[in-house]
Amino acid sequence: MATDSSSDSAAIVRVRGLHYRAGGREIFAGVDLDFPRGAVTAVMGPSGCGKTTLLRLITGQARPERGSVEFDGQEVVALPRAALYRMRRRMGMLFQNGALLTDLDVYENIAFPLREHTRLPERLVRHLVLTKLQAVGLRGAARLMPAELSGGMARRVALARAIVMDPELLIYDEPFVGLDPVSLGVVLRLIRRLNDTLGVSSIVVSHDVREITAVADCCHLLSGGRIVASGPPAEVAASTRGDVRQFMHGLPDGPVPFHYPAPDYADQAGQVR
Amino acid sequence: MAAAMIRDLIGSLQAALGALGRYALFGARLAIETPRALLRFRLVVEQVYNTGALSLVIIMLSGLFVGMVLGLQGFDLLERFGSEESLGTAAALGLLKELSPVITALLFAGRAGTALASELGLMRATDQFAAIEMMAVDPVRRIVMPRFLGGVISMPLLAAIFSMIGLYGAQLVGVQLMGVDQGQFWSQMRGAVEHGDVMEGVLKSVVFGIACSLVAVYEGYHSLPTAEGVGRATTRTVVISSVSVLLLDYMLTAVML
Amino acid sequence: MRQTRAIELGTGLFVLLGFAALFFLVTQITSREFGLGSGGYRLTASFDQVGGLKTGAPISMSGVTVGRVESIAYDFGEYRARVTLRIDPQYDRIPDDSDASILTAGLLGGQYVAIGAGASETFFRDGDRMQFTQSAIVLENLISKFLFSKAAEQQPADQAAQESNP
Repeated sequence: MATDSSSDSAAIVRVRGLHYRAGGREIFAGVDLDFPRGAVTAVMGPSGCGKTTLLRLITGQARPERGSVEFDGQEVVALPRAALYRMRRRMGMLFQNGALLTDLDVYENIAFPLREHTRLPERLVRHLVLTKLQAVGLRGAARLMPAELSGGMARRVALARAIVMDPELLIYDEPFVGLDPVSLGVVLRLIRRLNDTLGVSSIVVSHDVREITAVADCCHLLSGGRIVASGPPAEVAASTRGDVRQFMHGLPDGPVPFHYPAPDYADQAGQVR
Repeated sequence: MAAAMIRDLIGSLQAALGALGRYALFGARLAIETPRALLRFRLVVEQVYNTGALSLVIIMLSGLFVGMVLGLQGFDLLERFGSEESLGTAAALGLLKELSPVITALLFAGRAGTALASELGLMRATDQFAAIEMMAVDPVRRIVMPRFLGGVISMPLLAAIFSMIGLYGAQLVGVQLMGVDQGQFWSQMRGAVEHGDVMEGVLKSVVFGIACSLVAVYEGYHSLPTAEGVGRATTRTVVISSVSVLLLDYMLTAVML
Repeated sequence: MRQTRAIELGTGLFVLLGFAALFFLVTQITSREFGLGSGGYRLTASFDQVGGLKTGAPISMSGVTVGRVESIAYDFGEYRARVTLRIDPQYDRIPDDSDASILTAGLLGGQYVAIGAGASETFFRDGDRMQFTQSAIVLENLISKFLFSKAAEQQPADQAAQESNP
């Protein structure tokens, strides 16, 4: 794997000509994306535009209809199961609600990948787990069960779990949803700090424009199955394209209509009577 | 009209066949994984606790009452033929071969099966399986297998406990209340009950254990990732396991008698 | 940690109880002694009719169980059923002219082999054959025999009545 010629290219994940449809609906109609090494890259877009699906395609949880996804020079699509699992060990993913295992406490949740993949002595496991917990500021919560954690704490624990195997790529799926301002600030700072101190690359998927622009080096805006804008956050925000402007500034009506497609109001009202 | 009906019939037949096929494939997968899962026995032991030990009280209580009813009914019936001493035999055979495997399996489906299905469904709904997959761990191997094996191990033990408690329940009513001779109760039973009768019951409960556990983990693991999906998975678990237990019971009885 | 201990304890208790119950069912409810079944010595006996005798049925002398029926087979040499009896080792002084009969415990109970002690000075040894046997009573045969004898009693009486009439 390490002998791959393109492993020192600038992009850690490269997506080319991605086509995907689900339930007869076209989600991606030819998406090209590069996620640069060592940077925080954001993918934004309105709800239901396929942001989470994109992550599933990158991590090999779903298979595209056409197109290619490369992780560190290696093709992800159609990778056999064993190789896919080997690849995933180099990724850490934070799910929307943390996705902590409900029957294990915080400590065991973070130790889970270590116990599954390594035969480390308990002393070392303990050291690793407590270090990661310290990094997210929750060393004191080691013996709590997931049900006893607040949303923000659960996400920080999940983050500790995601980094315990020292991944090269961290993937965040909607990390800001439903957090109070304080937790949000904590998570925001953690994303930035982990990216810089651990030397990883990060992909953040979100529709929270303000938070993203604060943390990302580069962002892509996804709409209608295509990338409609790419570049540094400030540049995208300054775009003059109607749909980009509407999304970035949260305008209620614009190219994305306020009304769901419907027959003329007067006609329908007349029918009812 | 008739054509539409035939089309509907073929459609639902196809759906049923498909479901059967998916069950068979999942069952085969679990069977293949079994030796490896037994190596991590700690995980299985935890699930034996969840499915077996936590069902103990309900099993013992039900066993006692079923045995007591058997004592009353059996006495009433046998008294008409003047052979109340055979109460022990009747209770033992009824419990061992029929009542304890079947009722234990039905209670298991209601208590442990629903707990399993809703636990797995909840894990599905909160992305835990996706998270495990992303940690390069196979959720079937790590999460589903121990739960399946825990159920398979628990069922025959629960059924045996049910039988034992039930027999004492029948003895309590028959001997203490109805005045059947204590010695006759046990000796007639020992004379008539054979090794094969016990084994028949054990075999049944092993088969039911496999069926109920398979249904529970299948429905839970494949539930839709929503609150409604979890609810539907638990309902389906009870319905499918109960029906298949009764169906299998008939088939096993017909084969073994 | 305490929680894991409680789980282990609960599981242990449950498994112990389960196996104890299984053991109870296998040993206490069935008549077959478990695991001790191969000791002692064997006798054979041939019967015209074994009825409902089953392997594992008790062999009793004056009501004391002295062994078990080990096998039942049909012997084409004699055209009779050959029953192998396994006698427990401590009952080693059964006279070699003793007889074996198949009886029923109670009206509806299971069938067993009863050995009636003979008067011989020598005793059975492993592999010996019992000479005197009495077959199982088959209820249908008994009933038909009873009816025939009734009919036979009836006939002479009728004849006597006819003779005295004219």
